[in-house]
Amino acid sequence: MNPEISAEMVVASLRLMAPETFLAVYALFLAVLGAFVGDRGARALSTLTALVLVVAAVGSVIYAPLERTEAFNGAIVVDPLTAWAKGGLLLLAAFAVQMASVVFARDGSARFEYPLLVTLAALGMCIMIGANDLITMYLGIELNALAAYVLAAFRRDDSRSSEAGLKYFVLSAISSGLLLYGASLVYGFTGAVRFADIAAAADPDNVGLIFGLVFVLCGLAFKISAAPFHMWAPDVYEGAPAPVTAFFATASKIAGVILMARILMEPFGDLHDRWVQVISVIAGVSMIVGSLGALVQTNLRRLMAYSSIANIGYVLMALAAGSQLGVQAALLYLALYLPVTLAMFAGILALRRQGEDLERIGDLSGLARNHPFMATCFTMLLFSLAGVPPLVGFFGKLAAFQATLDAGLVVLAIVGALATVVSAAYYLRIIKVMWFDEPVARMEPAGPTLAVTLAAGTVLSFPVLVVLLGPLETAVRAMSALYGP
Amino acid sequence: MEIGLGHYLAVASALFTIGVVGVFVNRRNVIVVLMSIELMLLAVNINLVAFSQFLGDLQGQVFAMFILTVAAAEAAIGLAILVTYFRNRGGIEVESVNQMKG
Repeated sequence: MNPEISAEMVVASLRLMAPETFLAVYALFLAVLGAFVGDRGARALSTLTALVLVVAAVGSVIYAPLERTEAFNGAIVVDPLTAWAKGGLLLLAAFAVQMASVVFARDGSARFEYPLLVTLAALGMCIMIGANDLITMYLGIELNALAAYVLAAFRRDDSRSSEAGLKYFVLSAISSGLLLYGASLVYGFTGAVRFADIAAAADPDNVGLIFGLVFVLCGLAFKISAAPFHMWAPDVYEGAPAPVTAFFATASKIAGVILMARILMEPFGDLHDRWVQVISVIAGVSMIVGSLGALVQTNLRRLMAYSSIANIGYVLMALAAGSQLGVQAALLYLALYLPVTLAMFAGILALRRQGEDLERIGDLSGLARNHPFMATCFTMLLFSLAGVPPLVGFFGKLAAFQATLDAGLVVLAIVGALATVVSAAYYLRIIKVMWFDEPVARMEPAGPTLAVTLAAGTVLSFPVLVVLLGPLETAVRAMSALYGP
Repeated sequence: MEIGLGHYLAVASALFTIGVVGVFVNRRNVIVVLMSIELMLLAVNINLVAFSQFLGDLQGQVFAMFILTVAAAEAAIGLAILVTYFRNRGGIEVESVNQMKG
């Protein structure tokens, strides 16, 4: 390998990574601006940041190259898949900033650091998505994680938030350690850090390499909160400020899953029969733990944590197929599942009575009587999460099961089907509480941002996306075309 | 006795194991957890530098440099979170980190 470094190469690479460059420059600008304006301008800076994130998202999609292109001598890859994924995650980040500015303004705890940290975390996620070698992968993960630790502990005076930050930090640092140890073994036994070079040198019979691969997969499973590496998720989802939880539950999943898919399919694509058991076990355990764990929860945010563990299980089940169909199903699943999750969190954020944020399932009691619109939205979203046709959640699950069965992983598919039945129980329990229990006092009005997010997610969960399903599937197929027939 | 790659890998894996065990066995305070995490990262660095030397390839050492910088940033953020935690709770015992369960 003979890397060439020239001014032209750097400029061309930066241009190729325009969304990341733009966000990095903006983050520096925001740090200086925030220091001058202080917390009084937090609301305005949040709005500005949301706009900037939307611009970066749109730019990423509009200027997407039509084929695979590499920047910085192959350290970063840009193709339609990464461009759309970045677009999606930046859009979700914009929602997270905007919802947070509403929520923090309610209790007067707005700070200018919040939009800055979300921008940096989103930048880290963009780099994770584009990573094409082990070093870039690690730096992307850490850029995201360092901002995320602070976000989890963002309410400095709240002991639950500090505890969430501490737990997230310790467990995530351990997972980084596992990931790095694996990466060092992969490097040692293939002599390469670039994904393509690793793929060329990968020998299925090399025990050291397999060992490293398992470590890397465990580290990544941690980041997307797949069981048995999920212990941090319920505590962090409960303790972190609610808008931060919404950000973790949506945008982080895109980055983690796409990085996982790339690691599995690119450097280790030929080792499918080695990693298929690992991914199958992680997927199966995630679906079981996610479904059973949620049954006993009384806190809505903890329940969403278990729900997201189960849903990551379905995504990994699709990836376990190790085929283009599998990657396609995983992407489709995410595209259908994330808007619904975002809307769920917008709904949870809107629950507020007498100046106090509500987060228990019991607080939803009789919601349908007092707030029929909200209850209808929640019901649609929950049915979609449970996978009831004709809502979009069903089509995501359908694609995942098809890919799994196509690859002959029958046992995994059966486990998944059973987990779906169990998970329906707790989604239906919430619906029962909303429609049939005695109503309590009315909620405070939520304001337009949350209501629009909730309504938009609900609309996406049924009428609109079902019509768009065909084009979406074609797009997803085109994106995953890189991963073989 | 010639010291070869295997010896370096053995030392690194021993250090890494001590780090992992240190995180989970330690019952006293969170600072020890931070030290254990640092130990894990240093074990990885030994691995990378040993492989890099053995393979005659610089990329491993570049990787180790990046890990060193990130580990420093990580320790700074970890300690900052620990300070806010201490202010809210008045202690950093591992056993007290259990307000949320389930």
